[in-house]
Amino acid sequence: MTEQTTATAEDLAAAGADQLPPPKTFAGRYLRSLWTANTFTVTVLAVLLALVIGGILIAISDENVRATTSYFFSRPSDFFSLSWDKVSDAYAQLFKGSIVDPAAVQAAANGTGKWERVFFPISETLTYAAPLALTGLAFALAFRGGLFNIGVQGQAIMGAVGAALAGFLLPLPVGIHLVVALIFGAAVGGAWGFVPGFLKARTGAHEVITTIMLNYVALFFLGWLIVQKGIQDPERSDAISKPVDDSAQLTHLLGFVGPSLRVNLGIVVAVLVVAAVAWMLRRSTFGFELRAVGLNPEASRTAGIGVGSTYVLVMTAAGALAGLGGATIVMGTAVSLTGAVIGSVGFDGLLVGLLGRAKPWGVFFAALLFGALQAGGNRMQSFSGISLELVGVIQALIVIFVAAPALVKTVFRLKPAKVSGLGTGMSKGW
Amino acid sequence: MTASTVDAAQAVVEPTQYWTRQRKVGVGLAVAGVLAAVLFGALATGRSAEFTLAETISGSAVGIDGRIGAILFGAIAALAGAAMLVTTRRLFSWLLALGIVATLVSFLCWQLSQAPDNLNTIPLGSVARSSVTLALPLVLGALAGVLCERSAVINVAIEGQFLMGAFAAAMFTTLAGSVWIGILAAGVGGLIIALLLAVLAIRFLVDQVVLGVVLNVFALGLTGFLYEQLMAKDQARYNQPTFVPEWDIPGLSKIPLLGPALFKGNIFLYGAIVLVILIHVGLFYTRWGLRTRAVGEHPAAADTLGVKVLALRYRNVLVGGLVAGFGGAYFTLLSTTNFNKNMTSGLGFVALAALIFGRWSPIGSMLAALFFGFCSALAVSLGSINSPIPSGFLNMLPYLATIVAVAGLVGRVRAPAADGTPYIKG
Repeated sequence: MTEQTTATAEDLAAAGADQLPPPKTFAGRYLRSLWTANTFTVTVLAVLLALVIGGILIAISDENVRATTSYFFSRPSDFFSLSWDKVSDAYAQLFKGSIVDPAAVQAAANGTGKWERVFFPISETLTYAAPLALTGLAFALAFRGGLFNIGVQGQAIMGAVGAALAGFLLPLPVGIHLVVALIFGAAVGGAWGFVPGFLKARTGAHEVITTIMLNYVALFFLGWLIVQKGIQDPERSDAISKPVDDSAQLTHLLGFVGPSLRVNLGIVVAVLVVAAVAWMLRRSTFGFELRAVGLNPEASRTAGIGVGSTYVLVMTAAGALAGLGGATIVMGTAVSLTGAVIGSVGFDGLLVGLLGRAKPWGVFFAALLFGALQAGGNRMQSFSGISLELVGVIQALIVIFVAAPALVKTVFRLKPAKVSGLGTGMSKGW
Repeated sequence: MTASTVDAAQAVVEPTQYWTRQRKVGVGLAVAGVLAAVLFGALATGRSAEFTLAETISGSAVGIDGRIGAILFGAIAALAGAAMLVTTRRLFSWLLALGIVATLVSFLCWQLSQAPDNLNTIPLGSVARSSVTLALPLVLGALAGVLCERSAVINVAIEGQFLMGAFAAAMFTTLAGSVWIGILAAGVGGLIIALLLAVLAIRFLVDQVVLGVVLNVFALGLTGFLYEQLMAKDQARYNQPTFVPEWDIPGLSKIPLLGPALFKGNIFLYGAIVLVILIHVGLFYTRWGLRTRAVGEHPAAADTLGVKVLALRYRNVLVGGLVAGFGGAYFTLLSTTNFNKNMTSGLGFVALAALIFGRWSPIGSMLAALFFGFCSALAVSLGSINSPIPSGFLNMLPYLATIVAVAGLVGRVRAPAADGTPYIKG
């Protein structure tokens, strides 16, 4: 057992590595280091590989491209040029929708366009990234504690519910209202996370089962809640709640540039929370106990750490983080509760947490990447007609390749090096 | 808290403790029974609550005064709970079953007695039939999980295998005009995800839980993308599958209650029954099963005795993919008329829960799936008798019931010892 868990993919790759003499020149060494499988290289190549496979999907799903395959052998250039046009256009839109559109910069610089259009893509990216960072953190924190929190979605839903109720039911002054609504979101999400933690500690009920079930319960509860009297928007006949009061809405950071820039205080909240969690994991007693329990519950118990109470605390904290993620959505962008108010931000949080290798700042950058893909995907869908679902495929592929450094190494023939992947030591099965 | 988090091993050496699990469950059941008698008795009206064995609400029915029924069956449940405090372990399961059924009947007496006049009947035959039907994909998904996890490869990707199966079934049934081609394609769809799972987990040693989650998102994205690019543009060409034919077994299908549930079925029902039996027998009575279990518990020992660990894992994961893909075909060839994005809505995860709930055994998983199916069917029936409980809460019923069952009755489960650990020879 111990031999199996300690031998990681890296050791294996290292064992089978070819032993070349080190290059003599500095440039050769630099190139070599670039070509070793360190964390950064693997991540970049993972993104690249995912985009390549995504490009293949774009090409083969396009009708015009498929038409050229019928005479592929007589004139293959048609196939390649059409595919290239299609794919490069799609990815150009992806970039313009998530980072910056050069045409808009030019227009703004020579006075024919608005600056709002320049900042729009980055604003969208940050808007999507904020809740993702929080839900990603909710998964990552539990993961570090050895728990598999599939319930991020349900916890985020309950957080959105808590924040929204506090947002339109409590008459509070500006400033305080915002903070109270955020706290409500975190508290209700935390309560939703507490349940599986408590059940695990008390009865041994597996957290995977209980969190999956609680996701559904939260979803049905939300569906019921938003059509109740006093909750439902009286001016609407469909299932939508009243909007959150202005005093409980997260301030738009770039509102002075233009009204379409949705980026709000949520991203600030996310950064602060990420920093706090990073500090807690690294420096605090609870963080230490959490990591110890995650690595080896039996040893932790022997060392006098209350494993059960740690589980409860971890799940409550994870629920609170997810709840905060849901809260930033309803207080920042959605404003009213609907059946699909948080979309799939909880499930996406699982991927973000994994891509960030379950480390707080890693999660944050993973959230930025996923936010960018989401924002760019919207533009790609409307400008190139490529379904937004492709973004999901690309996101999943990135995480697969990041989680399988051995695979990336094989594909690119990288030289072995220390890489921090999601090693086998992190999760011990069920 | 510390007392209840002791190891199973530690709990075993203290049998003298008075509060055994049986007594705790007994108290819980007794309290539930008393609550049922008081609460449901008070809420019920004096009108009759009727139960028929048939599939429709017409025909001969057993009726009971709602209030009397609610109190009577609540009391029975309370007595069963009380009896657990004083009887031996042997009676535990029977008393538990009696108590749960009595609580349920008490609840139904209340619900039925307040329903409008012509709706105060529950057709048990129809409830049984829809319980089984709703459980089918879960049974198949959980069986796929059994095959993988008994040989120590965690399969969280059941949801993804369902989706690929459902998509392939819809697409190829429509293209080929035959459900059998569609079912074959569904198996291949599940196989694709299983192949990715197997290669990445066994060859490239990727963390299997992580991998499963990611493969689900991958399958969701891929089927959604292909749906948008192909099906949504030309439904008639790609996405109009036919239903699978219904095969009644003559004679047997006339048995009340069991007949409609088990003998008026289709390829999925009979396939699931055959697979449960096959996998159960295979796992516990054949050489393949012994080797699979050995590989799942202690691969190094199995390897020493000459079992090809990795080959066996590959084979089991791939067969599991076929089974789950077949289960996915249920969604497009039986339960609805065409494929839609994310149409499995997380049932693959419920199948995973059934697998753990059923303690990684084929029969156990099947029972867990049936339990879930029954709760879902009950929620549907209660909706159709104008229950005063809002439909949102009725829909929660199977999920809440599973939490209660897992937390209260099952407790700590033990996975195959090597589950999730890649095997590295040497």
